[in-house]
Amino acid sequence: MKNNYTPVIGLEVHVELKTKSKMFCACSAEYFGKEPNTHTCPVCLGLPGALPVPNKLAIEWCIKIALALNCGINEYSKFDRKNYFYPDLAKGYQISQYDLPFGHDGKITLKNGKEIRIRRVHMEEDTGKLSHQEIDGKKVSLIDFNRSGVPLVEIVTEPDFDNATDVKEYLEKLQQIVRYLDVANADMDKGEMRLEPNISLRKGEKQTTYLKESDLPNYKVEVKNINSFRFVEDAIKFETARQQVLLDDNQRPTQETRGWNEDKQKTFSQRSKEDAQEYRYFPEPDIPPIITTKAQIETYKKSLPELPDEKAKKFIELGFSPYTAMVSTATLPRANYIKNSFNWAKELDIDSMGTVNYILNKRINDIPNVPYKTMVEDYKKQSTVQTVDEGELEKFILEVINENEKAVADYKSGKENVLMFLLGQTMRKIGKKVDTEMVKQLLIKKLS
Amino acid sequence: MHAMDITSLTITQAKKDLKEKKYSSVELTKAYLARIKDVEPKVKAYVTVTEEEAIKNAEEADKKIAEGEDLPLLGIPLSIKDNFSTNGIRTTASSKVLDNYIPPYDATVVKKLKDAGMVLLGKTNMDAWAHGSSTETSDYGSSRNPWNTDHLPGGSSGGAAASIAADEALGAIGSETAGSIRQPASWCGVVGLKPTYGRVSRYGVIAMGSSLDSPGPITKTVEDAALLLQILAGADPHDATTGINSVVDYRKNLTKDIKNVKIGIADDYFEGVDPQVKKTVEEALKVFEQLGAHVKKVQLFHPKYAIAVYTILQRAEVSSNLARFDGIRYGNDRSFFGDEAKRRIMLGTYTLSAGYYDQYYNKALKVRTVIIDDFKKAFEDVDVIIGPTSPTTSLPVGATAGQAMFGELADLLVEPSSIAGLSGINVPCGFSKEGLPIGMQIIGPQWGEETILNVAYKYEQENPLYKIKPKL
Repeated sequence: MKNNYTPVIGLEVHVELKTKSKMFCACSAEYFGKEPNTHTCPVCLGLPGALPVPNKLAIEWCIKIALALNCGINEYSKFDRKNYFYPDLAKGYQISQYDLPFGHDGKITLKNGKEIRIRRVHMEEDTGKLSHQEIDGKKVSLIDFNRSGVPLVEIVTEPDFDNATDVKEYLEKLQQIVRYLDVANADMDKGEMRLEPNISLRKGEKQTTYLKESDLPNYKVEVKNINSFRFVEDAIKFETARQQVLLDDNQRPTQETRGWNEDKQKTFSQRSKEDAQEYRYFPEPDIPPIITTKAQIETYKKSLPELPDEKAKKFIELGFSPYTAMVSTATLPRANYIKNSFNWAKELDIDSMGTVNYILNKRINDIPNVPYKTMVEDYKKQSTVQTVDEGELEKFILEVINENEKAVADYKSGKENVLMFLLGQTMRKIGKKVDTEMVKQLLIKKLS
Repeated sequence: MHAMDITSLTITQAKKDLKEKKYSSVELTKAYLARIKDVEPKVKAYVTVTEEEAIKNAEEADKKIAEGEDLPLLGIPLSIKDNFSTNGIRTTASSKVLDNYIPPYDATVVKKLKDAGMVLLGKTNMDAWAHGSSTETSDYGSSRNPWNTDHLPGGSSGGAAASIAADEALGAIGSETAGSIRQPASWCGVVGLKPTYGRVSRYGVIAMGSSLDSPGPITKTVEDAALLLQILAGADPHDATTGINSVVDYRKNLTKDIKNVKIGIADDYFEGVDPQVKKTVEEALKVFEQLGAHVKKVQLFHPKYAIAVYTILQRAEVSSNLARFDGIRYGNDRSFFGDEAKRRIMLGTYTLSAGYYDQYYNKALKVRTVIIDDFKKAFEDVDVIIGPTSPTTSLPVGATAGQAMFGELADLLVEPSSIAGLSGINVPCGFSKEGLPIGMQIIGPQWGEETILNVAYKYEQENPLYKIKPKL
């Protein structure tokens, strides 16, 4: 008999902050697409004698992200060195945070009411980028340090997920929140938001309460190289199936890091994590501890924009449907645009909900190019029923009848619904919004 | 051009002479370059002599002097320890790993000295990576003590101290992690000032112990040390650990009366010290009493407790700081590390590893705080603490062979104040029967440079040993 397994998933997300300069030096952080090794200095190249100086704005933004995720903020915080060797890690250690991250113990609530616990929100620096190429017939590995030192915020959840759909929703919410805060672009295809799910399977049914430490599986598999939300779902599906086969065969899946191969739609083994890598964390001696006072935290809290969930709630109170509220609050600029249009329409005594739907139906990515007042006017214009000259109307109808012999014949032979087609043709000729019912009646009269 | 006798010069004197046009900076610089050529085979203070650069600097200085410009170090020839990054000039930290490394930037200290108009004579020899107290771990051979060239100059700023004692430079810049300025200054009979940690920027100094490294001056006289400190001190936006405390005028109160200054001495700091050294320092204390200062006993932890703390903290930081030398972006690969560097990396890595962090590194951090508080308490009672800098005088070449903990034991008396980040200065106070210099250290509280310079100056006035020269 096959066992019943439930996925146990925790997420590690890295968000690149869109600060102008890097985390510990003044180099430009806007590295995407730039000529390699042109945004470097002694600090981010790890030259002898170079020292890190923290980017205050990046820290402020990290704290804001933590607050937006309902985290507690450590008033006393510090950076730590995470020591390991890799060619793209210039200093041989990464400046990160270990035991006193800026944010801790937060949560995100999903649509279904489930609360995903956020264990920590911390700051660290990005590494350089390796590129494996063949030059003059020789296989080489090249390193571009433009990305070295770019500020990253790492957000780690507890293993509270048990399905891929919730994971996708969480990720979309997280992306939306950092965009609302205007601290990150979080474009996954530019590597501005990176996902690493930790996936394992537990025997038993889904639970509504959080798993106890003792309930957790005795292994977990980390999956890297996932570049889109859709791939997260695919990777989770693949991993769950792969692990199930092993477990059914009484084998414990190896604790390891696996990479997602999007072409092959599978994960493959990268490196074993059986012995957790020894990072020898110790407090970064080159950077004094960071003190954030209660007063400062309050100031940061007050400076947060109204977040998507809150905004959507307010829209629903104004009469929006949940769906319309959700679409309206997809981005902060759009939410503001919708709100302004709604209010302006109300002032002009125009159907405000109609205005909103009119704008949303335009399906523009963010907001329309026209100022909201103009947009409201547009809606008013095209929604106002206009008059049409009777003689002109008769002319149009006769044209339609003449141009659509077969349709007319069909109608006369009993196919009633052809009338809508003929009506549509007539409306097109008229070209403006008129009383449809009136036109329909006249059309019927002329057809008989 | 007549041969200049540069051995009697100090920075202060040379500045005056240059202003009065007694000679030009080019003449002065050439005299030093000639002296270097003459005595270097015996002293070996330098890794790199920058002859062309020096002449160029001197020519520019002379031009400025002619135009009436007055910068604090205009035309003054200095030597700089080879762990300070000098733009376009080879910087090795006396290790073959960096044998071919040419920094593309200047350390903040170097930039400040350049802006002050200095002439760079060259980069001085040191224990490789500053790992030592003798200069014997240099990959380029040991420097020698000008007072007896079969003896060591101390370390790790051995080359710097030797360059001053041998008159191969008018002033030198060194760095101290725990004793590396004060101890070689003591062994070479020159003034060595270790500023408060954070007083002088570490940006561009090849890191050894990040929470300890303190760049500072090594000079003939206390006044010269104050002059150099004035240029070096100050907050640096490139170094987050520099203090924002204002920089005072370090020369203003040099001559201030030290009547009623309270000098603390701790018995444990005289324990296990060579009897000649002990006697000489005790005699120096009598001078302070004659000047009206009050010498009294203070309670301090035995300095031996600092050894374990220092060893662990420093080696832990070293093991991390040396990780960047992978040979990928610059320098040679790790196989070029010397034995001492390898030992320190291994020990440091061990004390940081899982299962050991708490009992070693974390514990050392806690004891460090206790030592800091111990000094704070003592300084509520006294203004400065005085004692011998080194338990011995200069040791012969080869003395450190097979002694992995040589440095830590030799620096016993300076480690506590280094761990606590305090200011300290070595002042020559006598010679042994064998003709080797004996130094005394004056320790002050954090940001106490002004006080220790004052006390040191007053002593030096009574006992101007800088007038005695080694026979080279």
